[in-house]
Amino acid sequence: MKLAYWMYAGPAHIGTLRVASSFKNVHAIMHAPLGDDYFNVMRSTSERERDFTPVTASVVDRHVLARGSQEKVINTISRKDEEQHPDLIVLTPTCTSSILQEDLQNFVDRASLSSESDVILADVNYHRVNELQAADRTLEQIIRFYLDRARKRSILDRSVTNTPSANIIGIFTPGFHNQHDCRELKRLFGELGVAVNQVIPEGGYLKYLKDLPRAWFNIVPYREVGLMTATFLEKEYGMPYISITPMGISNTADFIAQIGKLVNVWAYALLEKRLNYKLYVDNQTKFVSQAAWFSKSIDCQNLAGKEAAIFGDATHAASITKILVKEMGIRVSCSGTYCKHDAERFNEQVQGLCGEVVVTEDHTEVGDTIARIEPSAIFGTQMERHIGKRIDIPCGVISSPVHIQNFPLGYRPFLGYEGTNQIADLIYNSFNLGMEDHSSDVFGGHDTKGISTKSLSTDRSDINWTPEAESEPNRIPGFVRGKIKKNTEVFAKQNNIPEITIDAMYAAKEKSNP
Amino acid sequence: MKNSDIPTFECETGNYHTFCPISCVAWLYQKIEDSFFLVVGTKTRGYFLQNAPGVMIFAEPRYAMAESEEGDISAQLNDQKELERICLRVKSDRNPSVIIWIGTCTTEIIKMDLEGIAPKLEKQIGIPIVVARANGLDYAFTQGEDTVLAAMTHRCPDFTPRVMNQQKGDVAKLVASPGDKFFDGKIGLNRCSLVLFGSLPSSVASQLNLELKRQSISVSGWLPSQRYNELPALGEGVYVCGVNPFLSRTATASMRRRKCQLVGAPFPIGPDGTRAWIEKICLVFNVKPNGLEERENQIWKTLTDYLEIITGKSVSFMGDNLLEISIARFLIRCGMVVYEVGIPYMDRRYQAAELLLLQQTCRKMRRPMPRIVEKPDNYSQVQRMHELQPDLAITGMAHANPSEARDIDTKWSVEFTFAQIHGSANARDAPELVTRPLRRKGDSLSDCRSLSRQTLDVQQS
Repeated sequence: MKLAYWMYAGPAHIGTLRVASSFKNVHAIMHAPLGDDYFNVMRSTSERERDFTPVTASVVDRHVLARGSQEKVINTISRKDEEQHPDLIVLTPTCTSSILQEDLQNFVDRASLSSESDVILADVNYHRVNELQAADRTLEQIIRFYLDRARKRSILDRSVTNTPSANIIGIFTPGFHNQHDCRELKRLFGELGVAVNQVIPEGGYLKYLKDLPRAWFNIVPYREVGLMTATFLEKEYGMPYISITPMGISNTADFIAQIGKLVNVWAYALLEKRLNYKLYVDNQTKFVSQAAWFSKSIDCQNLAGKEAAIFGDATHAASITKILVKEMGIRVSCSGTYCKHDAERFNEQVQGLCGEVVVTEDHTEVGDTIARIEPSAIFGTQMERHIGKRIDIPCGVISSPVHIQNFPLGYRPFLGYEGTNQIADLIYNSFNLGMEDHSSDVFGGHDTKGISTKSLSTDRSDINWTPEAESEPNRIPGFVRGKIKKNTEVFAKQNNIPEITIDAMYAAKEKSNP
Repeated sequence: MKNSDIPTFECETGNYHTFCPISCVAWLYQKIEDSFFLVVGTKTRGYFLQNAPGVMIFAEPRYAMAESEEGDISAQLNDQKELERICLRVKSDRNPSVIIWIGTCTTEIIKMDLEGIAPKLEKQIGIPIVVARANGLDYAFTQGEDTVLAAMTHRCPDFTPRVMNQQKGDVAKLVASPGDKFFDGKIGLNRCSLVLFGSLPSSVASQLNLELKRQSISVSGWLPSQRYNELPALGEGVYVCGVNPFLSRTATASMRRRKCQLVGAPFPIGPDGTRAWIEKICLVFNVKPNGLEERENQIWKTLTDYLEIITGKSVSFMGDNLLEISIARFLIRCGMVVYEVGIPYMDRRYQAAELLLLQQTCRKMRRPMPRIVEKPDNYSQVQRMHELQPDLAITGMAHANPSEARDIDTKWSVEFTFAQIHGSANARDAPELVTRPLRRKGDSLSDCRSLSRQTLDVQQS
């Protein structure tokens, strides 16, 4: 057993449900107790979804516990089949079903005999994988299912399209800025003269999946979901894929260079010409994206050497680290991810770019690390935003887990050239707000907040402050207040001072500023 | 819709959306200040808990998960040792006065003996451990609170005459304020003790105390109390009365196990409910109610602006929190027509007085008796709603946005559990919630009605 207050990635079934409900006309049936259909609420509220979430529970109650599900799961499947005529029903196991160890595959086999819809059992193990891994696996499973079938029925069209084309794999609900990223990618492809063959799973129809292999190549914008599908398509259908995330100027340039390479493999034979994207990249970098100019401008000069801490999923944390260090000259003291399963690759990505690497699923560890480093800005998830609030450090949200405010109505991609603009704004605003705050503190400004104890770790210091000493730090500007308080407490501990008086405080100050 | 006066109950498939009962943690840990709630279960429950109470998690809540891992499920790890390790950590981090273990579906399925382990660990670590099985196999949403409070009735001190005398002393002190003419000489009637159960914000609880004090009835305690060690005394001679309709197990536990007497009353929701609630308590304590009618009329007068909006409008409850009957009764009294009352579970004995008041209200207001659907089926309910086109649907968040897109105004049902809707003083809060979707109508968008993407779906149904 593990004591846990908060988690970054959800349980496995959430990943399966996210993929299933992203496809068009796919219904997921959860084998779960009452109340576990919480996914519907999340999707309906965070994405402001207009349509009923196609997820139903086959409710596990006392009777199921006593006698097994028996006909219940099958009845639920056939009922959904009749009511809503989905193309596919995905039976989704939850932690409950994994403990009950019912033969769900058997239910699927029996239900598919009578139902019009296809029925499959999501092949995810609750104990072994988290939300993201399960999503990756389920996507691959569905693609494999339909391609294998098309091959068996010999309706698979394996000829590549006449003009260059690509599949975008891994856009799904409710992903962090996924919808905007998808639009930006489509625009990018349009400008490169590459058609988008299919986007999966978001908005994809299963009947078109058989045409997936017609694309010249695949792209996987986010490492967490889509890689399994891309490797499957490469192995079975010889489709190359690009797994570079086009986030930031240099990554986007690399991404386009890769596309150029893959397009030219076929272009010469099919179009009798070679495509060159170099000029396009130059032009975009100089004029469409403002980020390159921004990093040369005086604004960005002021950021040079400032410290930042980064935490998020592997894709976003690694890309943002790279942008901050290489494109803006900001010092990243700590970069981390909760994608433990992808730790090796993450380490490789941020190698040499940051002071320390944190790979953990424990938010208190992240919080303590940030509190120790005291960076000028944090880039993280909603959790880090709240950590930042408590210790007065601004935070830009760059990755899921997300909140409704991370589903903006306006256009906010993180990918492509428009993405670089958005990210530059986000970064600059985070740092700038922090500095504004500090300058108003320096001039005694409008600071009426009580002073907080700054410590985030659970083992609170047991040092007392006398009331006079307590009020003393209020006269110090906010941005150094935390550090001074901490230094004083450390000094008190080292010198066995049980209670901090004003004298002790100034003694500590003298010691630390020789 | 039934026109007869006898309520009929239907029962559907139970395929409806509601919150997992462990969500009670989110409000109970705030109510009981010195408690710590430990939810024993899997990641699924933790994920729910961190998403449902939203940002509350960031305020260093006094609740956490004891997350079972594969080793726990296959019994490779010893439950007692694992829980001991975790509880010791909680003790050193937060030092609570009580740890409440919330059993979940997981602990039910693997038959983890929480009730057996708790007394042993309690001795070992020196903190009381209360076990509540608030799982989704048996219960829905607010029933979670019921399981916790029922478990707590066992921890309430015994009611003894000494305690009673002391309480009388307390009452005397309270009454001593000069100029309070209601109380003069009436204390003598109040021989028995009255304990109210149900978790309410402390301001609402003291408003209800005050309402009863006006009738010279003093409340000797609340279950739950603000702090664990202030739990009220229970025992023979104690009258208990519920303030919420989902507390039937707590009622049963205090009657059967603690020999208390239950005052079966409608619930103090709406001015009509509050008056009926007070009247019933007065009846039991043999007190002649004083000025209740004028007070109710006064409150109704303050609601005039809302009543103008909702009179004659229709409403359907999809059902997810067990407050449905009381709110429906209040809304019918406000002049609304209720088509359907979905409800997860209907305890006809515990809610008998409330059901009777519903019947009387329907007759008085000349409204048809609504259809009461236990364990509803959300899919069928949505179909029915397309047919009946109510002016308002009171429903969970999973259905709210899709219904709005299909041009059915909705109110999110969970808000009723967190809003302060009890007592006369809060009578405006419920109609405030109900009228919100009806008030915000703008004309500018009236030419694009349905905003659903799946137009097909609507036609099919």
